[in-house]
This record gives sequence, structure tokens and C-alpha cells, in this order.
Amino acid sequence: MKLKGSIKWIIWLVFTLLVASYLGYRMYDEDKTLFLPGKTSHGHHQIEMACAACHTDKFGGKKVLQAACMKCHGEELKLADDNHPRSKFTDPRNADRIKKIDALYCVTCHVEHKPELTGVMGVTMPQDFCVNCHYDIAKDRPSHKDLPFTGCASAGCHNYHDNRALYEDFLLKHLHEKDVLSEKKLLQRNLKLRLQTMPSYPLKEYPLRSFTRHEQDAPPTLSTDGKLLDEWYQSAHAQSGVNCSACHNIDIDGKSKKKWLEKPDQKICVNCHKQENEDFLNSMHGMRLAQGLSPMSPAMSVLKMDNDSKHQQLSCFSCHSTHRFDTKYAAINACLNCHADQHSQAYKHSLHNKYWRMEQQGEIKEGNGVSCATCHFPRHEQKQNGKHVIRVMHNQNDNLRPNEKMIRSVCMNCHGLGFSIDALADRALIDKNFTGLPAKHIKSLDMIERRVEIQRIKGNKKE
Amino acid sequence: MHYSKLLVSGLAALSILLSACEGKKSTGIEPKDMADALHLVMESDRTVYTRKIINRLSLDEQIIKASEHWKDDKALVLPAQMFRYGAEMAAEKGANFSYSLLSLWPINKQNKPKTEIESIGLKFIVDNPGENYYGEEELGGTKYFTAVYPDIAVATACIKCHNKHKNSPRSDFNMKDVMGGVVIRIPLKD
Repeated sequence: MKLKGSIKWIIWLVFTLLVASYLGYRMYDEDKTLFLPGKTSHGHHQIEMACAACHTDKFGGKKVLQAACMKCHGEELKLADDNHPRSKFTDPRNADRIKKIDALYCVTCHVEHKPELTGVMGVTMPQDFCVNCHYDIAKDRPSHKDLPFTGCASAGCHNYHDNRALYEDFLLKHLHEKDVLSEKKLLQRNLKLRLQTMPSYPLKEYPLRSFTRHEQDAPPTLSTDGKLLDEWYQSAHAQSGVNCSACHNIDIDGKSKKKWLEKPDQKICVNCHKQENEDFLNSMHGMRLAQGLSPMSPAMSVLKMDNDSKHQQLSCFSCHSTHRFDTKYAAINACLNCHADQHSQAYKHSLHNKYWRMEQQGEIKEGNGVSCATCHFPRHEQKQNGKHVIRVMHNQNDNLRPNEKMIRSVCMNCHGLGFSIDALADRALIDKNFTGLPAKHIKSLDMIERRVEIQRIKGNKKE
Repeated sequence: MHYSKLLVSGLAALSILLSACEGKKSTGIEPKDMADALHLVMESDRTVYTRKIINRLSLDEQIIKASEHWKDDKALVLPAQMFRYGAEMAAEKGANFSYSLLSLWPINKQNKPKTEIESIGLKFIVDNPGENYYGEEELGGTKYFTAVYPDIAVATACIKCHNKHKNSPRSDFNMKDVMGGVVIRIPLKD
């Protein structure tokens, strides 16, 4: 009897130890699926195995999560001139409002691990978040009378955080613009200027100049591959003063003697391209690396990807080959190597691509063609060391959701505001990669035009 | 920039003073004195910014315009925005008081009176020129000492902008009119 009891205890102990060991093993393993309370959203699924990225403390609840949200998204909210910053709701006069919707915390609206609630924007959103405070908007804006309270942010008119392309005076300024502007405003890059102003570029060692093919400085003892040399010679690096040794002859830890590395990894790129790397690590392409996980691969994506590329691992070299750094390849084919969704596949048959091909043939002016990168890796002007340089945003998610973020940074370089708003509101048109005209029409420009007209008539009557 | 730094550091110093005083009730500063001191700093800085930056540069010397969309228009920040940004920055830094600029005729409708004290106070300062309004109210379960101070048209730029703005409910402001009020709230301990 006693022995039977002891055996039970031993079995229980062994079982408990086995379960504890298994859980412990899974806890420290990269695959933590076992502990996931539910799939994460489109924006976080890449890093859902890095629990501590958001759950920085076991205790602390919303406050801890809020700090984690702001760590990654705080800066972009500031840059977007967030219309509803937290500080607006810490004011006691809004105490009644936060009682209804606690706008002090991102997780009040954007709940994670709830795929069944996640909406088209890739986040969960309550339907009544506008009406709670702006219930009497029709008093001030009669045009809003009888509009559904669920439609404010989903009809292409407003956004809770970012209204840089949607605010009233901006709409007014861009009334009646043509669908396609006569003058395109695509910014042109200048690598030489970029290197000059790049704080981390070793200008003394590698002054700005163009190299001939025979000026390469690889050690003479090394048998050099002619094809690689050609690729380098045709690259922007060779045309701007970056010789072989800049990337291959490296002092890895900053203390030792320089050593020739046959195949330097992407850490070498970071020596000069710090900002591009930062963008990459903030993007869906690089966010796994930023969290210390293995690199992102198309197989992990929730989007439709090309079967043959599924097991590639993403780094700088996935889009920029190691010697040629061909930005034209990176702008289209690098994307289409992996992305096989409807929108991506429709690109090659789109007008955008037609103009890109015409630009490459020299049939139209530079800056008139549209590649994948034109929209998803947009160029922007930035002041660096007192000079205005054109940079390429390497975080392709920066302007992606909600897609109105793309209006100013991309669409309006070539299209009128009204056309841009309508086009981005038409899901079917997006799937066709903008081949055709928008079938949807967002009335915000009509509304503001009507409002100004009414005010003008009223003003005339007063006078 | 200097204005903003000055305002925030002034408010922070007063905030520290208030926290220090909270612990020693017998020698602590009265909420009214605290609110008056805060307002003195705010009103002075606000007047300096409106007269010496906005009015001088945008109207007198016409060097740069002031715009609500200052980033897009590469213009000066409006005095009301400067005031709000300072209030938001102080809130972000965890100030134990809050302040805002409200009006019975706000351009931004979110700045109309919302609580009973705000309505009474804003009307009081319009009806009683030169006087402030003080009261207590409970918001979100916390009791506050609330002070309302008149915000007066101190420069042509104030009335010019408010009288012609398409969202302004009033277009007949004159110099020295009370255009709105600064509302300061200080939480009271039970």
C-alpha cells in the first residue's frame, strides 16, 4: 500500500518535471507558439515569438504595454502630428471622455492576439471611437448630418492619428486638381552629395571621385572575378569613390588591424548606411532582426509569396546584389521575386510600369516612370550637415497603413489630391495596380468646397 | 523655441514648488497663489510671443507669416498653438496641474467651455473686465481648484486673425477685448 503510494508520487514528480522541462525548453526556444494566446496582427506577426518586445515586464499591465508601443511607434506618431496625442487626454476636462474610451492607452483600441477582431488596417478598432467625443459635429458641419458614426475613419475622410493629407485647409488648397498633374515632382538622388553629407562616410580615405575599372584596390595576390569587377565598376559606389577596400578591408571590432574579408556581411553596409539600416530594422523586412530573431523570410509572411523564394532570408543583399547594388533591380524585380499577391502581379501590366519601361528606354523624362519602390520606398528630402539631400525611405511600411499616408509622400508627386484619395479608397483598383480609373468617390473635397461657398454667400449677405 | 523652453522651465519650477509644498500643509502655498503665479508666467510669455514675434514679424515687418499649418506653410506657430504645445509638453512631463486656452467663441470647437465651471468662469471674465474667476470642481473622481483668467487681445494680429478666420464664430473683436480665458486646474487633496 505504502509502495503503491510512493510510486504514484514518483510518477507525479517525474511527470511534473517532464512538463516543467518541456515548458522551460519551449520558453527559451525561438518557437514560442505554445504560449501565444492568439495570433498577432499583420504588423506584429513577424515578431510574435519575441514576447518581451511588448511584454517588457510581467506586471504593470497597460502602462508597460504603452511604453512598448511608444518605443516603436512614438516617433512616427510625432512626425505625423498625431491629432490625438496622449497629453490631450491627461487634461482633467477630458476625464468624462476617457471614462468612455480610455484614449490614454493604445491598447484600448488596438488589442493584440485577437485575429477575429482585427480589421482591414491590420489593427483592431472599436467602431464608435469618433462619435463619443464628436457626437455633435453636425451642429458645426451640417454636411455631416445623418452620416453613419462608423464611417468617419473608414470612408477615406479622417484618420484618428494622421491627417496630414486630409485636413480641411489642405483639401481646400488642392481643390480641382487634374487627375494627372502636368508636372511630375519625383525627387532625383545624388549619391555624391549623399556621401558628402553622410556623417559616417570616411571621406578622407575615400574621397569623392569616379574610378576606372583598373583602379580597383583589391590585393594583387587575390584572383579577382572579372564579372564582379564589372558589376562594381558599373555601380554608384565606383562612380562616387567607394573602392573594394572600403567594404572588404575591414577592422571588424574597431581595435584590430584591418583584414581582408572575402564575403563581408550586411554589418559592413551599416558602417555608412546607418539610416537605411535603421529604416530596414523598423520595417516588416527587418523587424525580426531588430528583435534578435532569425531573419525574415517570405515563408513567414501572411501575404502571398512566390513559392521558389519562400526560404530566402532578408538582408540588404536580398534586394541589392553585393557588387552592383542595382537600384533599378531593387526597385522592381527584387520585390516581384518574392511578392506574388494580386497587386504585385498586376504591376507588370500597369500604366505605372509602362511609363517605367518608357523611362528606361529614354522615351520620357527621368522621374516619370513608376516602380514598386517609387511608392513603397519613397524618396524624401532631408537636411543633413546643412545640405538638402534626397534619401530613400527603406521602411516600406512607413506609408502603408492606413494608405492615406501615401497621398502626400507618393501619389501627389504625379496626381491631384482628389484623384489620389479616390484611388486609394478603391480596393479593386489597388488590386489591379491602378490600371483604370477609381470607381469610388470620396466626398470630402466636395463637402469643403460647398462649405466655403455657403460661407461666401453668407459673408456677401452680411456685407 | 526660447519662449517654449522658458515657459516649460518656469512651469516645471513652480510645479516642483507645489509638490514640495503639498507635503507640508502648514506652510504650503495656497492653490490660488499657485494658479496666479502660473498664470503670471503664462500671460507674460504669451504676450511677449504675440507682440514681439507674431505681430512684429508677420504684420509690422512682414518677414514671415504665422499659420495654423506652420509646418506645411513654413510659417510661425500661432500663439494659441504655442500655448497648447507648451501645455501638452508639461502634461507629457507629468505636471501635477493642467492648463488650457478656452473661449466662448473658439475657432476650434473643442476649445469651447465643457464643464460647468468653465462656462460660468468664461462668462464671468467677459462680464467683469479685469477680474479672475476661481472655483472648485470634481472631474473623474478628483477634486480640482480651477481658476479662469481673461485672455485679452494684446496685438492687432490677435483680432485680425480671429475676425477673418472661416471657423471663427465672431468677427467683431477689438483691441483689449476679452477673447477667451486661460483655465488652470490644480488637484486638491482631500
